[in-house]
Amino acid sequence: MSKEIDTTVKVEDLSTFKETVLAKYPKKVAKKREKSILINDFDANPQIQANVRTIPGIITQRGCAYAGCKGVVLGPTRDIVNITHGPIGCGFYSWLTRRNQTKPENPDDPNYMTYCFSTDMQDSNIVFGGEEKLKQAIREAYELFHPKAIAIFSTCPVGLIGDDVHRVARQMVEEIGDGINIFGFSCEGYRGVSQSAGHHIANNGLFKNLIGRDDEVRGSAKYRVNLLGEYNIGGDAFELERIFEECGINLIATFSGNSTIQKFENAHTADLNMVMCHRSINYVAGMMETTFGIPWIKVQPIGAESTAKMLRKIGQYFGEQELIDRIEEVIAKEMVEVKIAQAKALIKTKGKMAMLFVGGSRAHHYQNLFEELGMTTLSAGYEFGHRDDYEGRTVIPTIQIDADSRNIEEITVTKDETRYNPRKTEEELKALAAGGMEFNEYDGLMAQMQKGSLVIDDLSHYEMEKLIEMYHPDVFCAGIKEKYAVQKMGVPLKQLHSYDYGGPYAGFKGAINFYNDIEMIACTGIWKELKAPWERESIVEAEYVY
Amino acid sequence: MNIAESHIDKNNNKTHIASCNACKQCAPLGACIAFKGIEGMLPMLHGSQGCATYIRRYLISHFREPMDIASSNFSEETTIFGGNRNFNDGIDNIISQYHPAVIAIASTCLSETIGEDVQRLIYEYKGMHENESDLPEMIFASTPSYQGTHLEGFHEAVFAAIKALSENAGSVGNHINLFCNMISPEDIRHLKEIVEDFAVQSMIFPDYSDTLDSTSWDNYHRISEGGTPVSSLRRSGSAYASVELGYILNSGGMNGRIKENAIKQSAGEYLKAKFAVPLVRTGLPIGLLETDKFFDHVSRISGQPTPQKYKQQRGRLIDLYIDGHKYVSGKRVVIYGEEDLVVALAAFAAEIGIKPMLCASGGESGKLQETLKIVLGDLYPGDMIVGQGFSFDQMEESMRDLNPDLMIGNSKGYYIARKMDIPLIRTGFPIHDRIGAQHTRTLGYEGTTILFEQIVNALLEDKQRKSPIGYKYM
Repeated sequence: MSKEIDTTVKVEDLSTFKETVLAKYPKKVAKKREKSILINDFDANPQIQANVRTIPGIITQRGCAYAGCKGVVLGPTRDIVNITHGPIGCGFYSWLTRRNQTKPENPDDPNYMTYCFSTDMQDSNIVFGGEEKLKQAIREAYELFHPKAIAIFSTCPVGLIGDDVHRVARQMVEEIGDGINIFGFSCEGYRGVSQSAGHHIANNGLFKNLIGRDDEVRGSAKYRVNLLGEYNIGGDAFELERIFEECGINLIATFSGNSTIQKFENAHTADLNMVMCHRSINYVAGMMETTFGIPWIKVQPIGAESTAKMLRKIGQYFGEQELIDRIEEVIAKEMVEVKIAQAKALIKTKGKMAMLFVGGSRAHHYQNLFEELGMTTLSAGYEFGHRDDYEGRTVIPTIQIDADSRNIEEITVTKDETRYNPRKTEEELKALAAGGMEFNEYDGLMAQMQKGSLVIDDLSHYEMEKLIEMYHPDVFCAGIKEKYAVQKMGVPLKQLHSYDYGGPYAGFKGAINFYNDIEMIACTGIWKELKAPWERESIVEAEYVY
Repeated sequence: MNIAESHIDKNNNKTHIASCNACKQCAPLGACIAFKGIEGMLPMLHGSQGCATYIRRYLISHFREPMDIASSNFSEETTIFGGNRNFNDGIDNIISQYHPAVIAIASTCLSETIGEDVQRLIYEYKGMHENESDLPEMIFASTPSYQGTHLEGFHEAVFAAIKALSENAGSVGNHINLFCNMISPEDIRHLKEIVEDFAVQSMIFPDYSDTLDSTSWDNYHRISEGGTPVSSLRRSGSAYASVELGYILNSGGMNGRIKENAIKQSAGEYLKAKFAVPLVRTGLPIGLLETDKFFDHVSRISGQPTPQKYKQQRGRLIDLYIDGHKYVSGKRVVIYGEEDLVVALAAFAAEIGIKPMLCASGGESGKLQETLKIVLGDLYPGDMIVGQGFSFDQMEESMRDLNPDLMIGNSKGYYIARKMDIPLIRTGFPIHDRIGAQHTRTLGYEGTTILFEQIVNALLEDKQRKSPIGYKYM
């Protein structure tokens, strides 16, 4: 366990991983997993198998469509009452477990995130239908809080027994009146292959039911942006809000960290969309561009350098010197502390190895931070990414749509007749592109990873054990399901879902937090002390004293 | 924010339909905990993969241990055409990766709703592989989450394991079965120590004291070591007695069950009916009086007097009660959690002079009140509210006029304790805002000692913190 870490794992060594794990699988499984494990060589246009159904009996990190819809995308909005339609488990397990933070502007502002509403379906509801119970639940929630919006989330049995949550939503809007907005999500857990299906369903719902309902332009008319795919884990959104404010950038809405209904409804008044977690929210970005003419760019405000890069892109997009200067001032000011913290951490972290298996973007973004720490990402992969998250959006036309994706509603959006307003002309966009800005583009994880590193999609529990056993990284990044198994093997695990209850890690201050935390956990000598004196090879033997 | 007044009527009946902040989890979660008490076991949930993921993440946040749960990963297609193929693939892959001695399968609301017959799937799987000598044992517990709570799932899994594995050895052995209920790994270890000290050979089930609370490892174990061996479960049919901890177990009704035709049996009841193993049922040994009952039973069954060690522990506990009585006397407590735990904690509170004002549980056995009346006897407070099928929202509503001094229960009630600015003593499941849930001690004289000290110290801390002077002598 306490063996000295070999920091010079070679490409050849990594390539043995695949055959080692595949040998253990039944033939059919090996054949399938084979396509999801590859040695990175981005220039050779490698193709990875992703977003395909996990094989039964293989323990996966993945969750379900309900988790992606209710837990991830809609969960962080504080003033929507979220009702889980189903038996108690799903609602309970998604009750404040994701550490999304929120900060109501006034003490009296509603915050329903601390509540767990469920229709708590019983035997009789399964047999005779649950729509009446759902209606009653909506009435009760309304009586309780008089919220502006109520969202209904379907769990597995709801789809099976045929409860129509969308019809219930319409009926209840009529019954309650009062301008209430009620909408349902068909995010049953058996849909799609992972939580990714739920993100898509949630994106559609956001667009159909919330975005564009409020045309009032609030605040400054200048530098209006939205941040998409930021869920305010550990206060990330607060740090980014702080930075935008310092720069004089007007953040209209974040989807959906620290968000409110009004911000969603008003989001179409922004002039630029920035996509952070591409996987979970790119659909909204695409639909807003088609309907309202707002261009989108991919950003990675994880890591100090890439946060600076994001800000400079914003400056470039709006093209006003006043903004560009302000941004440079802020970067220069923030970087002072960042550099001090980085230099301190680097002494210990330089040359260490990391592995990241998390999410649909974090396994990519956090490589920025590890680069800043002088660490190598030996292996990485997503829990629920698609091929475009690995290989870049250029491969989207070549992705085969299978049955699991086909059952997720695709909504077709068109130009809004009155409100479509291209924020930049074709010429302007071309000029910006010539200046290095990429619109509607994401290069994916493999473009950033070193040649010869190991990319694995939907890492199984068994493969994870093998990774640790064979390469003994200095830090393994995943979630709580993996944490204690990895640490049993003497390797520290950094949770990148909950940040081990720390954070923020986004932006400049976040980078400093991350440097400190990684220096602390990846460079501790404690793992060498686990053996008792009598278990160590050279035991100091006692001598008789005469 | 104003919580609706309409939730509870004058007769304390639930008038609302939906659940706001439930005080229960779903049945497959409980089944997974119980299954973890079988040696060499890997569980599989028959249904959507989200169930396994949610339940893993939830259990891990409590136990802080690896928790592998496989899933048969239903897709939309599986949902329509049935889970046969997924089941077989799942079992194949579990065997090839893990080689478990036992695969324990629990159903979910998805597979139950479409009417999957898992026993048949097991039968068919075994038929297809009848020439393979080392096929794992397969156990199935039916746990749709729209019936009962996590505790019903737990007891169903205990029953299912016993039903599947117990055998008639032809003669009565010299061992007993101890069905310990859902308690912490540390409490399981303590129970083992007690029965060992009585020189009784025993099978404790489910024994997850090692699997859910293991040491740091030199080499990774794909399946955690420990657990009740299959051989012991087989011998449960020839034990000379069974002891079950908990008065209610799965004996009552269930939330929302349509048919109340009492097909539910506890493991002890099954062994009694099937193999005529005498059954002793007593409460969870928390507090002096309930622990006395437990020791009395074990003493009688073993024919041994209570060892000196426990007499000393009992003596020290009484001495501690005397030392601490002035701090607890007349205090008012709210107790919540699993029903049998609530009964035991209420009995303990009552005997030390703390008045239980509200005893609440998400469970709906229908037996909580009568059990409390029997166990507490004269100490049963006439004005105590008993909340069956309660949510935290209902608890908060009921607590408004109760003026409680403290709460005892799991982490989920913290927000109420915080609002009311009273201490919360964490016990039960889940505890995810404190470290050491697996080491919670409440059972036996020693566990009661620890619990009593925790309560007194929490009350003292509260008083000290709120005092404008800050006395150091309390």
